[in-house]
Amino acid sequence: MSLGVFIIRRLLFSLLVLLIVSVVVFVVVQVLPGDVASMILGTDALPEDVETMREKLGLNRPAHIRYLEWIAGAVRGDWGTSLRLNQPVAPLIMTRLANSSVLAALTLIIAVPLAVGLGIYAGLRQGRIADRTIALVTLIGTSLPEFVWGNLLIIIFAFWLQWLPPSSLMDAGDSMFAHFKLLILPVLTLTLVMLAYTSRMTRTSMIDVMERNFIRTARLKGIGERKVIFRHALPNALLPTITIVAMNIGWLMGSLVIVETVFSYPGLGRTMVFAVSNRDVPMLQMTVLLTAGIYCLANLIADILYAYLNPRVRY
Amino acid sequence: MSTLPSAGTDTPALATATAASEAIAATAASAAASAFAAPPLGRRSFFALLRKSPDLVVGAALLLLHLTLIILGPFATPYPYTEFHMTDALKPPSWQYLFGTDQFGRDVFSRVVYGAHGTLLLSTAATALGVGLGVSIGMAVGYRGGRVDEFVMRIMDGMLSFPSLLLAMLIMSSLGPSRLNVIIAIMIVFVPRSTRVLRSVTLGLKNLEFVEAAKVRGESAFWVITRELLPNALGPIVVELAIRLSFAILLSTSLGFIGIGVQPPEPDWGLMVSEGRQYLQTAPWLMLFPALAISTAVIGANLFGDGIGALLAYRGGRNDL
Repeated sequence: MSLGVFIIRRLLFSLLVLLIVSVVVFVVVQVLPGDVASMILGTDALPEDVETMREKLGLNRPAHIRYLEWIAGAVRGDWGTSLRLNQPVAPLIMTRLANSSVLAALTLIIAVPLAVGLGIYAGLRQGRIADRTIALVTLIGTSLPEFVWGNLLIIIFAFWLQWLPPSSLMDAGDSMFAHFKLLILPVLTLTLVMLAYTSRMTRTSMIDVMERNFIRTARLKGIGERKVIFRHALPNALLPTITIVAMNIGWLMGSLVIVETVFSYPGLGRTMVFAVSNRDVPMLQMTVLLTAGIYCLANLIADILYAYLNPRVRY
Repeated sequence: MSTLPSAGTDTPALATATAASEAIAATAASAAASAFAAPPLGRRSFFALLRKSPDLVVGAALLLLHLTLIILGPFATPYPYTEFHMTDALKPPSWQYLFGTDQFGRDVFSRVVYGAHGTLLLSTAATALGVGLGVSIGMAVGYRGGRVDEFVMRIMDGMLSFPSLLLAMLIMSSLGPSRLNVIIAIMIVFVPRSTRVLRSVTLGLKNLEFVEAAKVRGESAFWVITRELLPNALGPIVVELAIRLSFAILLSTSLGFIGIGVQPPEPDWGLMVSEGRQYLQTAPWLMLFPALAISTAVIGANLFGDGIGALLAYRGGRNDL
């Protein structure tokens, strides 16, 4: 199968998944028990009020019509109006998305190379003290939830040492880059949580590659160990990390929700918490659809890149 | 948050990376499944096990500690967890109040111990239900194959496109915050993941000779799955349970922390951390002790899962312990 055909097939698959995702979002929010109108008005609302609200939201029309309207709107860029804030959802979400992207990008730039480096080193020192220490430290990193790490770092760096601000509250017009200090603790929290998986998979991959025959051949040819590792082992061992990074983007989105809450950071994750706690259905639906879409896109790109670099998966 | 499959090389044969994490977990799991062909472990002393897999022993010990908390907790707490001692508000840890007191003078030690009941029982229930359902669906569609398999797995792919916490939040928003709903939400999050792992384990097992033999004997699909496949998939299922348990604790406490899970005044650990945040500077013990409880439970479940996984893979002859 040529790369072109592979990309087209993978693209269609992504579209199918996105379609299913949108149905899941719609069904969970609008069709499951817990009527949207009474969700908004609270449990002790009068039945007449609920009925008026249902009428206002157009809930009395059949579900599949509402779904189609919602999807058509989402595709055209008409993302609806926030029930709580009474303003269009689209610009709000885009601003928040930009803020979250800064956090996510910084984390990936720091965490991925660090994790890969640790993984390679641990793999080369398999079973030794260094390997076990890295395993233990990264395990603890991933076992403490984001909100525990975040609060610990606040206690240490903001209250004891007083080096960094405890939260990311800032003036509305300020750009993220003007407040670099604000970003340090959130990024550090996300990095700690992300390290374990990537370093672990890189380690396994490295160990696996180092046992292959072509490495033995390279060694028997008399090439120096350094060259064996960097020229022969690494390119093969690093291939799977592409997929792993894509998966990390998915986890990162979950982590962002928590970290943004801990540091009061104005990102997409906190928007989602706001939408859930205020039962802001249009905002909730679009935030979730957007995040799932980004995750799908990341996986799509990773798969295409993987297939491009490793023709073996294409058949 | 991350799954930590212990063994298993990660060269996903198919690049359907929407669920690559599960693919990798499945590689580990099927390696573990095939390990049953290896000779049995034989009798080993506790110390041999400790040397072979310190992870497993430490993990089991931590889990046992928490189990003790759950069982003995209600009898061991010095105060009822809701009792106010207004004159003793925000006291640091002392012999009278082992973990200090909160803004209402409630004993933090008692609340953490009761929190084990809340958080851990809830997480265990969600894990058992989610993995149980996932195992059933995964084995059924894996064994059956064909269109049903294709259809079910595409839906699972769709559900896997949500980061776990986001899907849980989505479900909570619809069901409303309560203990039972947290269990349901986490269960739904787990089903596609467990289904994927167990389906792939089943695919690895179903063409083996003993399964063929059972089929030729004319056994029903139900019989083959429960009597032939299930016992051979126990290893991966145990690993799956342990890893999911650590996730369930992380998920349920995270939901509690952002305020859409278990509601006050229930002594949930995530909720306690969230409530302690106002006093982070003046009374850090309000946050630290529940955080410690969460962390030890998650580390315990992770180590236990890793240990079991590595042990099973080791028996298969891998030198990756």
